[in-house]
Amino acid sequence: MELHETLSPPQYAAMVRSMTGGRAALGRRSLLRAAGFGALAAAGSTVLAGCGIPAAGRQGATASTDHSAQEKVVDFSNWTEYIDVSDDGKHRPTLDAFTKRTGIKVKYTEDINDNVEFFGKIKPQLAAGQDTGRDLMVLTDWLAGRMIRLGWVQQLDSANLPHAYANLEQRFRSPDWDPGRAYSYPWQGIATCIAYNKKATGGRKVTSISQLLEDRSLKGRVAMLSEMRDTIGMTLLDMGELPEKVTDDTFDAAVARIQKAVDAQQIRKFTGNEYTDGLSKGDIAACVAWAGDLVQLRIDDPDIEYVFPDSGFLSSTDNLMIPDKARHKTNAERLIDYYYEPPVAAQLSAYINYVCPVAGVRPYLAKIDPSLARNPLILPDAAMDAKTHTFRSLSDAEDSRYEEKFSKLIGA
Amino acid sequence: MTAAATEPAPPALPAPAAPPPALRRAAARRRRTPYLLLIAGVAWLLVFFVAPMIYQASTSVQTGDLEDGFKVTWHFATYWDALTAYWPHFVRSLVYSGIATALCLLIGYPLAYTIAFRAGRWRNVVLVLVIAPFFTSFLIRTLAWETILADQGPVVSFLNDIHLLDATSWLGVTQGHRVLATPLAVVCGLTYNFLPFMILPLYTSLERVDGRLHEAAGDLYATPFTTFRKVTFPLSMPGVVAGTLLTFIPAAGDYINAELLGSTNQQMIGNVIESQFLRVLDYPTAAALSFILMAAILLIVSLYIRRAGTEELV
Repeated sequence: MELHETLSPPQYAAMVRSMTGGRAALGRRSLLRAAGFGALAAAGSTVLAGCGIPAAGRQGATASTDHSAQEKVVDFSNWTEYIDVSDDGKHRPTLDAFTKRTGIKVKYTEDINDNVEFFGKIKPQLAAGQDTGRDLMVLTDWLAGRMIRLGWVQQLDSANLPHAYANLEQRFRSPDWDPGRAYSYPWQGIATCIAYNKKATGGRKVTSISQLLEDRSLKGRVAMLSEMRDTIGMTLLDMGELPEKVTDDTFDAAVARIQKAVDAQQIRKFTGNEYTDGLSKGDIAACVAWAGDLVQLRIDDPDIEYVFPDSGFLSSTDNLMIPDKARHKTNAERLIDYYYEPPVAAQLSAYINYVCPVAGVRPYLAKIDPSLARNPLILPDAAMDAKTHTFRSLSDAEDSRYEEKFSKLIGA
Repeated sequence: MTAAATEPAPPALPAPAAPPPALRRAAARRRRTPYLLLIAGVAWLLVFFVAPMIYQASTSVQTGDLEDGFKVTWHFATYWDALTAYWPHFVRSLVYSGIATALCLLIGYPLAYTIAFRAGRWRNVVLVLVIAPFFTSFLIRTLAWETILADQGPVVSFLNDIHLLDATSWLGVTQGHRVLATPLAVVCGLTYNFLPFMILPLYTSLERVDGRLHEAAGDLYATPFTTFRKVTFPLSMPGVVAGTLLTFIPAAGDYINAELLGSTNQQMIGNVIESQFLRVLDYPTAAALSFILMAAILLIVSLYIRRAGTEELV
């Protein structure tokens, strides 16, 4: 006998109502919900599994169409305050002269503040094999090396780079991460030094990393750079170890030594470029610093001094590179080559005071200002050369491991 | 799902006569309208919330490195490793943001109260003053604190002269004769930056309180304090709850204040996530940390709302 035959129509209607809209409906609804969650979980795990990050293309220099001939532009990304600017602040004389001579317009953007941050910004496009919208960018050695390993930059065509090839300073010719400069040319060289504010130290000189880490009169007013290679490299040199030969053991020893200073509250901060602000205010009495910044700082504040420690110092370069899929490769190469003409290079270095990577600029510098030609910060002399060291390039696994230890050291 | 369940089942039995087609169409349209209106919001959520969440959830269970790519290996141990390595940063973040939220409430409530009841014709001016800092960027405002709290600056000199910093140093929230690069500086920065998020909701709910209720309370011999405790404060609860959430949640994930005003021992969980993503390039750990932070905040917020009562939110 069918169920509905035993019930009166109103009873049956009530039952249906209760099954669909009433409490009994909960059974069906929760069943639906359970099924839903099950389906979601199953679908979710497939979606999650499908989200991997693909391996970086290591074939390198993938043939991308060069629009240089049709589009007379080049997109150039550089660090802030890293190029000559006219007195009224409206023009960049060397770039303007380039445009006038070649007809190529330079879209100059100061959008690099920090290597790791910039890498985070361009990584998604490069990993997906897309154009970053940039034809030329300036990256510090270690990041430049990583870009080459990942195959995200294009090999340079030496036919377009006659001046660069001829005039590159000997010491920059063959870094271990780009032998023979197939992918990069230095924009400027950087020397890492120790800086101090005479007023804040009470006239006391600060000349070594040992003093930064252990001189109690500086307690709480010492800063070190958040750039791992500079801070660890300078500490290694102070310990008599070579950053060119860094191993897990010497790295750990350097970290432990700095950690001791952190625990003793000797170190106030690990900073990027912003140490200049604290140094001139006197919140930072002494710190590890970049020499090029110091030249500019000292113009405003003669109390600020810098020292290259006797144990040696770290030098690195910022390098011009052309990212994968750039639209105007030839134009970018012409711009690189232009900055390797000694008169242009002299004009640039005279303004920004970093180590000039171009040979033969001395007479042109002397013509601008004779004191510049004698400045070892722009043209390092033999004594400086003897104290120069570089940090060994690390494999990606080492890099990750070291950066993790260093991150813990600097608090995060 | 709810909608599907409440739809009438196909009439199996003598059902009321079907309404005329025109009426039925209108009814159907009425039923559809809310869903159509939701499309924009739902799409926004899908693109900017659900999709990134799924992506991050996936990242958190991947292993690999940049050169060889990351693959999903269901490596859940990342969560445990991240938690054991960075739990002090979690605790610190929650403590700092908790203190900052409490301070915001202490500073913001009297201010919102004054604006709502006492400011008179100055009300709009004062409100604009509260919002004024938003006209400059978050970063610039925090950098300004570096100058305000400079070691040699007037503020710190004054605090030293009245020996307040000796007391705070003894408590361990500052070090020596300085404020910058100490926990105090970070908490002050958080409090300052998120204060308007506390004041505005407090103000909107206080402003709705009927002034005649105060008179009525007075007529019933309530002291001003009793009036506040029994009438004004309970009525402002929605503002208190909303303000606390709007302050606490972003403050817990903030990393700018710790980065600029703090030192190595004041880094918060946001700083760790940033450094794992950008510096160490350990995306799985960074994603796992983000999820743990989200879970912790959800847990705290739901406990809080349960205590404060959900009806206060509407």
